[in-house]
Amino acid sequence: MVRFLEGDGVFARYLALAVAIATLAAFDDAAAQTPNQPPDTMAARVEACTPCHGNRGEGTSDVYFPRLAGKPAGYLYNQLLAFRSGRRKYPPMNYLLEFLPDPYLEAMAEYFASEHPPLPPSAPSEVSKDVLAHGELLATSGDAGRNIPACVSCHGPGLTGMQPGIPGLLGLRANYISAQLGAWRYGTRTAKSPDCMQLVAGHLTEADVTAVAAWLATRPAPANPAPVPKGTYALPFGCGSQPN
Amino acid sequence: MGSKLSIMLLTLAALTTAAQAQDKDKTSDIIARGEYLARAGDCTACHTAPEGRLFAGGRAMPTPFGTLYTSNITPDPDTGIGKWSADDFYKTMHSGRFPDGGLIYPAMPFASYTKVTRADSDAIFAYLRSIPPVNQKNKPHDLRFPYDNRQLILGWRTLFFREGEFKPDPTKSAEWNRGAYLVEGLGHCSMCHSPINALGGTAQSDAFKGGLIPMQNWYAPSLTSNREAGLGDWSIKDITDLLQTGVSARGVVYGPMAEVVHNSLQYLSDEDTRAMAVYLKGISEPSPPPPASSTLPTTESSLLISLGKTVYDKNCASCHGLQGEGKPPHWPPLANNQSIEMQSAVNPIRMVLNGGYPPGTKGNPMPYGMPPFAGLLSDNEVAAVVSYIRTAWGNRGTPVSAREANELRSAPLN
Repeated sequence: MVRFLEGDGVFARYLALAVAIATLAAFDDAAAQTPNQPPDTMAARVEACTPCHGNRGEGTSDVYFPRLAGKPAGYLYNQLLAFRSGRRKYPPMNYLLEFLPDPYLEAMAEYFASEHPPLPPSAPSEVSKDVLAHGELLATSGDAGRNIPACVSCHGPGLTGMQPGIPGLLGLRANYISAQLGAWRYGTRTAKSPDCMQLVAGHLTEADVTAVAAWLATRPAPANPAPVPKGTYALPFGCGSQPN
Repeated sequence: MGSKLSIMLLTLAALTTAAQAQDKDKTSDIIARGEYLARAGDCTACHTAPEGRLFAGGRAMPTPFGTLYTSNITPDPDTGIGKWSADDFYKTMHSGRFPDGGLIYPAMPFASYTKVTRADSDAIFAYLRSIPPVNQKNKPHDLRFPYDNRQLILGWRTLFFREGEFKPDPTKSAEWNRGAYLVEGLGHCSMCHSPINALGGTAQSDAFKGGLIPMQNWYAPSLTSNREAGLGDWSIKDITDLLQTGVSARGVVYGPMAEVVHNSLQYLSDEDTRAMAVYLKGISEPSPPPPASSTLPTTESSLLISLGKTVYDKNCASCHGLQGEGKPPHWPPLANNQSIEMQSAVNPIRMVLNGGYPPGTKGNPMPYGMPPFAGLLSDNEVAAVVSYIRTAWGNRGTPVSAREANELRSAPLN
């Protein structure tokens, strides 16, 4: 037996894992089908999130409610913690999360991080070509003279974010992005110190915000929308939400 | 002689160490009991600010008279209660006055805490002495004229404050009395579950008769009327489930009561929870059916209710069932649910608008949530569906108007 395990360690481990998953799945099915009880699933537990964020976190027609699906779990968890404590202010969210424990918020974050509904088709922009060009320049090259780093330097060359704490910027509507950048600029949205986004947004003008939000919203869905693994690239400066 | 002396000394030393160890055990027992009692009193709900240090105060408490900021009760000598004695602490809890004689605003539930025994007060004080001191100055209150004059509290005290420790009722069981002590004393349930008058007080005769919580716009139902949250026809198990886990076969806690379960009640022992349940069940009074007091004309009501059924079948029935039976405890039943039927429709309207999660507790760590419908339903549809659930399946509530629904859209959420 020992020799079998040694010799076929990898196989044995996969076998054990498969058995475990099958057992869990069977258990989950059985639990999910208990008569007169709600399904014992995360999908049923997060139904309170769906009117605003969609059944699988894909977003809804309301442009101010963001897509959650596929964002890094660490980022989503940080947002849930910030809404629960009131650091990030949106009363309907603050209210819903106020009495939920950390492990549950973590499970919610993981649930939406693991959902991958297709990204919406990018909407045609209402702003001029010049504005879009300014947005593209800021997003891809930044403006060193004004201490503005490019979005891609932290959110990744494909703008899909990096595990565990940096969100992708695709699949969001211009209104949402501009509202969030505005909140960072005015200090109503903050994050753990060093609060990198507040530093960046502090250097943006209103015109910059409009331009960058508009350009990001026109980006087509990439072939692989998944956030890149932790440490894929070095960040240009410290970020409390993405500890080294 | 020398060796005898050293043996004696050694023995003495050993005895002293044993005694010290015993004292230490006793002290840590008292501190542990104090922590438990501080939970029962839900001190943290007010004295710990969001993202703040434990018991360092600074939490803003909006009141109809202005904003109060809670105080630092850590053992810091300069900004906390580090210089207080156990006597000072007991007197403060018992009489609602600071050690220097200054009057405390009755947002601090001293009208309930006055019932706490000296031994329990000492245990809580020992626990508060044991937590890390935090040097954080108290923020001055921000009350409007004339409420910023503390002398006014004297008037309030004359009307509403009766000083005195809890007196057991010898005609009742020890369990009932323990429950009464917790509910009336540390639990300070009457702070919300009694009607608050314009002076911010509750009359003794109205204790536990239910009331709208000022500033929060949630209705804290009567704990005595079986038409509201009176628990006369609840089983003890349903009551203890609700208090300990936040969910039960009869209903679920949301809003301010979710906070109480989350911060306080879930930590109470099975015995204490049962005692509270026995007492709460005991104080319920058979109440006469309320007068049908709908302000709506009959034709409007019946139109609302028929629209309500359409809204319900489409949006609500998948969880709460076509007959309002729910899937308890996680998806609460709406049929024969007192919180749906009671005279005030504030809570059901708020639940439809804002949804909610029961608290995550040891007994129910991953609660199911109710989705908010504020963005999906019009005022008329909210009124319709609430009117429907209040009157369908034998429920004896009254219809509500679109205006009532609209008014609660702007109610504060936290």
